[in-house]
Amino acid sequence: MRLSKAWLIAVRDFKIFRHQKNVWYPLIIFPVLISLVFPLVIQFASSRSGEAFAARVPLLLDSFSMFLVIGAAFVPLGIASYSIVGEKVEKSLEPLLATPITDGEILLGKTISAFLPTLVAMYTGGTIFMILNDVVTFPMLGYYYFPNWTIGVILIFLMPAAIVMSVEVSVIVSSRVNDVRSASNFGILMFFPFLALYIASELQLITLDINMFLIISGIIFLVDIALFFVSTTTFKREEILTKWK
Amino acid sequence: MIDVDGLSKKFGDLTAVDDLSLHVNEGEVFGFLGPNGAGKTTTVRMLCTLISKTSGNARISGYEIGNKDDSLKIRKLIGLVPDNVGLSENLSAYDNLDFFGKIYDLPDAQRKESIQRFLEMLGLWEKRNVLAGTFSKGMKQKLAIARALIHDPQVLFLDEPTANLDPEAAKTVRDFILELKKEKKTIFLNTHNLDEAQRICDRIGILNTKLVTIGTPETLESEIRGKRTVIELEQVTDPVLKSLQKLSLTNMNVEGNKIEFDAVDSGNKNWSVVEAIVLAGGHVNLVNVEGSTLEDVYLKLVGENQ
Repeated sequence: MRLSKAWLIAVRDFKIFRHQKNVWYPLIIFPVLISLVFPLVIQFASSRSGEAFAARVPLLLDSFSMFLVIGAAFVPLGIASYSIVGEKVEKSLEPLLATPITDGEILLGKTISAFLPTLVAMYTGGTIFMILNDVVTFPMLGYYYFPNWTIGVILIFLMPAAIVMSVEVSVIVSSRVNDVRSASNFGILMFFPFLALYIASELQLITLDINMFLIISGIIFLVDIALFFVSTTTFKREEILTKWK
Repeated sequence: MIDVDGLSKKFGDLTAVDDLSLHVNEGEVFGFLGPNGAGKTTTVRMLCTLISKTSGNARISGYEIGNKDDSLKIRKLIGLVPDNVGLSENLSAYDNLDFFGKIYDLPDAQRKESIQRFLEMLGLWEKRNVLAGTFSKGMKQKLAIARALIHDPQVLFLDEPTANLDPEAAKTVRDFILELKKEKKTIFLNTHNLDEAQRICDRIGILNTKLVTIGTPETLESEIRGKRTVIELEQVTDPVLKSLQKLSLTNMNVEGNKIEFDAVDSGNKNWSVVEAIVLAGGHVNLVNVEGSTLEDVYLKLVGENQ
């Protein structure tokens, strides 16, 4: 596996994405929404609930942090689906497969091309999320809640693992469909496990603290490994040329 | 250069290519003719190590297809223009070629020089920064050929390069292939176009799952029916016929004012026949040597093997 070859694929995809505005919308809109909506919600709630609300703020912030993970799972769907489906539509994989590059290098390049823009977008959104929440909650808490170890686990472990999972699912789904929208619609199923975790925390069935985030990170990491093997089985040149629809 | 021995490919119960054996020499333009579904694209894909073989062997420059270590080496030696051009439509013409040059590890200076040379040669240099998706079919096809040549491959595989092109674009592509032929590039050309095969190829193989026949265009044309001499007279008279009967012409046939017979050593024979006719008082209007066309050969052989 030569990283330099995978990087060439990723750089080419970045150049292609420049001309596909649709690919960029989720990368911009979702992180902006997360970073702005939740500080506003806290500001609004605190103005109506008064001092009693302050005690609930840390728990709320940890729960809201879960939306960074949901975003990480959701945002790459479009870009990853386009990366594969776009090649299918243009039939540009065949000449590429006839070059001295391995299937694994192409797949890694595709993964990088969806992973990096998502990570940059979500880290940017996460940073704004932390700053604005700190600004809003400092008067209630008397200290800056972010950064802390919990958000550290989310940013360093959980978010990248969720992005990889989303990309791998997109690769698998993209091999079976012929348009980006269908691929994204299937991939959107990714959204639900994370939403279920958030709802479970709101129903106080689980507590979204650092330990829970570490456990979730571990589970997603194992899922990533399983999906990687499935996607490498799907992304084989003979499969691509003879069985992909 | 290309050695194929008993190569077969099955997709489940369907046999796409059956026991194919052929040899393509270095610097030769080999044409592969056959109807849709004959296995031409499958053969090219096997030779380009894109899909596996079911049985048999094939080698390109001594490297064996199906051998994992040799596959990457084969892919360095070959260039492929698939039946769908497969350009990245949201990349410029220059970026399409630049990317493939980098994949083949061409040094910067060589890559830039090759890109400029091919784009200029194909009349696309002025449009180098235009997105490939905006190009006409002919321009896309030319760009796809340039992409396949960017690393100066030893063998070029062209899968129906003029299909779906208008006559002018097809001619441009054909002329470019003829230029490559002058450079002694080994070319494996899949085509439906008999005229194209006849004009470009040194040898032609006709495939219909199995290899039906192989040879030069000239030998294939004479395969069904040997060449025939046709002599048109003002009038075929009894003295003329009597004098021709003495010459023991093979398969002689008289129809109206035309006399036909098998042309064996046609130069000398025709001269003696014309002399006999004139001496018998006949007036010769026209002497012609006719053969079956490649189209006749193709239709007969493919028809027999359906």
